Amino acid sequence: MTAMTGTVAAAGTVGASRTRMEGRAKVTGAARYAGEIPFADLAHGWLVASTIARGRVRSVESAPVLAMPGVLAVLHHQNAPRLEEFAGMLGPDPTIQILQNDRVPHVGWPVALVVAETSEQAREAADALVIRYDQEPHDIAFSAQHPGMYTPDDSPLLVTETGKGDIEAGLAASAVVVDEEYTTPEEHHNAMEPHAAMARWDSGRLEVVDSNQGPFAVAQDLAKMFSLDLASVRVRSEHVGGAFGSKGLTRPPVVLAVMAAIVTDRPVRVVLTRRQMFSVVGYRSPTAQRVRLGADTDGRLRAFDHQAASLTSTIHEFVESSAGIGRVMYDADAHHTSHRVVRLDVPTPSWMRAPGEAPGSFALESAIDELAHKCGMDPIALRARNEPAVGPVSGLPFSSRNVLGCFEEGARRFGWADRDPRPGAAREGRWLLGTGTAAATYPARVAPSTAAVTAEADGTFTVRITAVDLGTGARTALTQIAADALEVELDRIQVKIADSDFGQAMIAGGSMGTRSWALAITAAATELRAQLALPGDIPSDGITARSDTAEAIGALARQERHSFGAQFAEVAVDVTTGEVRVRRMLGIFAAGRVVNPLTARSQLIGGMTWGLSMALHEEAIRDQASGAHVNADLAGYHFASNADVPVIEVDWVDDPDTHDPTGIKGLGEIGIVGAAAAIANAVWHATGVRHRDLPIRPDRVLLAGSRGC
Amino acid sequence: MREFGYQRADDVPGAVALLAADPAARYLGGGTNLVDLMKTGVEKPALLIDVRELPLDRIEVTGSGGLRIGATVTNSDLAADPEVRRRYPALAQAVLAGASGQLRNMATVGGNLLQRTRCGYFADTTKPCNKREPGSGCPAIAGEHHNHAILGASAHCVATHPSDMGVALTAFDAVVTCETADGPAELPLAGFYLPVGDTPHLETALPPGALITGVTLPPAPVAATSRYRKVRERASYAFAIGSIAAALDVQDGVVRDVRLAFGAVASRPWRARAAERALTGGPATAEAFAAAADTELAAAEPLPHNGYKVALTRNLVVAMLTELTQEAVR
Amino acid sequence: MRVSMRVNGRRVTAEDVWEGESLLFVLRERLGLPGSKNACEQGECGSCTVYLDDSPVCACLVAAGQAGGRDVVTVEGLAGAAGLDAVQQAFMDAGAVQCGFCTPGLIVQAHYLLRETVDAGGPVPDDGEIREVLAGNLCRCTGYEKILDAVRLAAARKAAAAAAAAGQAEPGQAEVGR
Repeated sequence: MTAMTGTVAAAGTVGASRTRMEGRAKVTGAARYAGEIPFADLAHGWLVASTIARGRVRSVESAPVLAMPGVLAVLHHQNAPRLEEFAGMLGPDPTIQILQNDRVPHVGWPVALVVAETSEQAREAADALVIRYDQEPHDIAFSAQHPGMYTPDDSPLLVTETGKGDIEAGLAASAVVVDEEYTTPEEHHNAMEPHAAMARWDSGRLEVVDSNQGPFAVAQDLAKMFSLDLASVRVRSEHVGGAFGSKGLTRPPVVLAVMAAIVTDRPVRVVLTRRQMFSVVGYRSPTAQRVRLGADTDGRLRAFDHQAASLTSTIHEFVESSAGIGRVMYDADAHHTSHRVVRLDVPTPSWMRAPGEAPGSFALESAIDELAHKCGMDPIALRARNEPAVGPVSGLPFSSRNVLGCFEEGARRFGWADRDPRPGAAREGRWLLGTGTAAATYPARVAPSTAAVTAEADGTFTVRITAVDLGTGARTALTQIAADALEVELDRIQVKIADSDFGQAMIAGGSMGTRSWALAITAAATELRAQLALPGDIPSDGITARSDTAEAIGALARQERHSFGAQFAEVAVDVTTGEVRVRRMLGIFAAGRVVNPLTARSQLIGGMTWGLSMALHEEAIRDQASGAHVNADLAGYHFASNADVPVIEVDWVDDPDTHDPTGIKGLGEIGIVGAAAAIANAVWHATGVRHRDLPIRPDRVLLAGSRGC
Repeated sequence: MREFGYQRADDVPGAVALLAADPAARYLGGGTNLVDLMKTGVEKPALLIDVRELPLDRIEVTGSGGLRIGATVTNSDLAADPEVRRRYPALAQAVLAGASGQLRNMATVGGNLLQRTRCGYFADTTKPCNKREPGSGCPAIAGEHHNHAILGASAHCVATHPSDMGVALTAFDAVVTCETADGPAELPLAGFYLPVGDTPHLETALPPGALITGVTLPPAPVAATSRYRKVRERASYAFAIGSIAAALDVQDGVVRDVRLAFGAVASRPWRARAAERALTGGPATAEAFAAAADTELAAAEPLPHNGYKVALTRNLVVAMLTELTQEAVR
Repeated sequence: MRVSMRVNGRRVTAEDVWEGESLLFVLRERLGLPGSKNACEQGECGSCTVYLDDSPVCACLVAAGQAGGRDVVTVEGLAGAAGLDAVQQAFMDAGAVQCGFCTPGLIVQAHYLLRETVDAGGPVPDDGEIREVLAGNLCRCTGYEKILDAVRLAAARKAAAAAAAAGQAEPGQAEVGR
């Protein structure tokens, strides 16, 4: 039996483990998610998705369906409410300009919504709805060599290309060169809760319950799309059943629910099926990445080149920023990173847990392992030799960088020193055994937020902030932060979240939520304490202080600010069947200040399990002929089950960051970064065969066999 | 709403009569496959005849030392049965290798034999599929088929049968018993599944309207030394990409009796009779096991992306028979 | 059709049930019990796990009619008058809950595991057994580690309580599993 990790402290302070505030509601089934809140006169919408990959809707044969029992409406491009084109958080978002025209950009594109009295009636009618198309030839074949590959422009989310020095000269002058291509497949978030939304008109206001990562941002989008005052839109997301990026933007269910509420003048709920989730809520693009490393025999890098290719849809550009990771991790005199993308007849990809870093670290950290082997060096020693003093591209100082501390502690705990570096040296029955390691990094960013803290007349405090708890433990962490900021016991704090009426706040995404919200809560609490220091009683409606961190964040010094980590994995491989079993994993992270060790540890373990899943299981497969998936469900799209996951140990090293008032860096994403590479490196160590294409499926392992054992 | 009915059958003749009266009706066992296919629109029965409550839930030792397993015995009960575990351990292992505990609690033996393929094209009504819609085509052949058949397939369908239980039952010469409007009937499992040919939608030789009442396993002393192994893309809770049920009787290094059946390679559980013939009376060596596997797999016709199954199945034969031989020596 | 059954110890009748509905739909949409979750609707995730006559099943694949006359227990029915069930309490204490969407099904399945082992006087299940029995309950947040912690904790507490009842245990042994 493994020891339980973490202890639960009695007092609520930052740094002490606290059980989840909403734990009781969740273990008793009392917690209500967006698709579960009852409303009088509720109607149900069922999405009808296109079955062709490219073309136009010729006709929607609504009449027979409207005659079916319970059917209230069939919305489609000819009768749906018109939407304003708007610029959202990331500019215009054509993925939610749905039912506006007859264009079909991919299989699964929303082409109609059937609204009925019950969801079963709506589903039956949606199944019966005949839609005729004018089909056009489609192209869904992704490869780095696709003639449509282009270099995208820079955007707020992406610096397309960076470079210094002469790569070709650097490679030519290098004693050791690695030049390989790595691929990762299309991957899907598959949060357990399917996206759901309910919209209704309530005393002239649009009231929405939606499963999302940022109710304020969704409210803003809806207000713009439907030409409403922001004050007349309210979006709530009390409990969200996982998101991982897929609920970070306004998604079709909420838009359709609002449309249907307008048309029927009733509350309408729209819930996606698992299958529909594969087409309308984003996903991780497949990637093809070429990594070229040139080094001296002592492992010092002379040339570093990471070229990443990914796909996007024909309606919107999203670029998986896989080549960004080397801009932080490794320096060389010749240093180049670049991105290219191709527009195909597929859904628009989006953020998925550690966008960029997850696939990028698989390629880069595999290549580093290959380089270490070629140099005859330990892979940790090679990384240590290439530790940059400042940002390799930016030249800015690191706010803190303790990646070597992570490796040191990890190597000690994992028993790395006892490792026989030769591949294929260890066997146990039918299993070849191997171990591998990889580095991890993820940016520690922050965004402006507002918060309100109220001192109530009864001596308690109420915090209001449009934060969201996706399962991360945000509600609990923010309660701890508020308790510390107010210097009161935890049980005197009530944190209210996930209501757009509380005002602007950063979404729960990009590992930025806790830091951004903590800054706002702390600022409001500080202001409140100043007010409370003045003489006088607290009036019956309390005293409220508000904060807006925009200015403070704008004043933060420009630095390289990141979390770091070291991943370790041990695998067993049966090359006669292709089975790979991960036997243990260890992750040591330098991730700033940890607010709640109990929930933080689970976040990191969850991220590492995503890495395991990415390494061995996850892959959405498209059929070239139809352009559609052939495994768009949980039977066909595998992610790790309990039986696949070994003992995973997580810990962290000190990572004080004195430049930020909160010292928090965020933990949501870094757990996945490098984890797949550590496993792939371990598979190489076990078998002598380098797997550069994910997932490391049994058929691939079996056909590749073992080498040099 | 689509009108259709649900009726719980009171007894076996009643169930058969209900189906005879409505050819568009379907028997409902545990529902773990049929209810799923109804949700996705693959199956659209006019009437569900619930047979799970019928008194066919017993496992009995036959006079000759075999087993008679009722059709409504759940997978969980089958795997836990002491006689099954003692006499046919591969069967218990196969059942436990399938699905999850929750599904095994609901699923029945009869339903397991009749479950439909997990081919992604079959499950998606927006795509062509000769099994679901005869004549519409088989996109798997030119498309995604890395978990499709290498044996006994045709140009019309390359789907595999998903059952684990069926693989073990096939190895042990199970006989399916059923009730028809004309009375009881029997069908050896070996002839239960029809060849694919150009009629992949016709899956079994069950007479029209027949209700499976049980499965009989003839006595097989060799089965006491048997094992099931399953390879899948997760450690649990996934369909096989290759599996094997094997039983072996070795004396003095010579194979006296052997049973071999493969899963995930064909539209039916695949009894490896050519391999069995090649092995019987011969030496129990890894070379002989490999040669026998090659004999069986000579008929394999892999597609571009499922050729690994030939090597996988061959390796499983060698590994399992080697293990069983070592066990016999001990 | 009309479907009558016992749910969480109470006799209930759902009227006008369409034959195509699942037990899960009846529980969630007709009986006001949305604790059992609908996450895949094909028996591939376990989020809808409920007891049906003492056996945990995926309620999404049980036709409504099949539940007629039978006994159903959902996550909402596990807590007694004395408070939370030991498994529920352990899931809270060990931090095994994250987004909570897989939690109700997991708790029912873990409850069943301990009922069949520790509660039946058997040994505390080992990690391999726990992982295999819970393999049909997918979780996308936790990586399962804290779920294992919770099941170990609940098992240890139950075993200690049983031992204490038999007069053999020192107080505090319930925390051995931590």
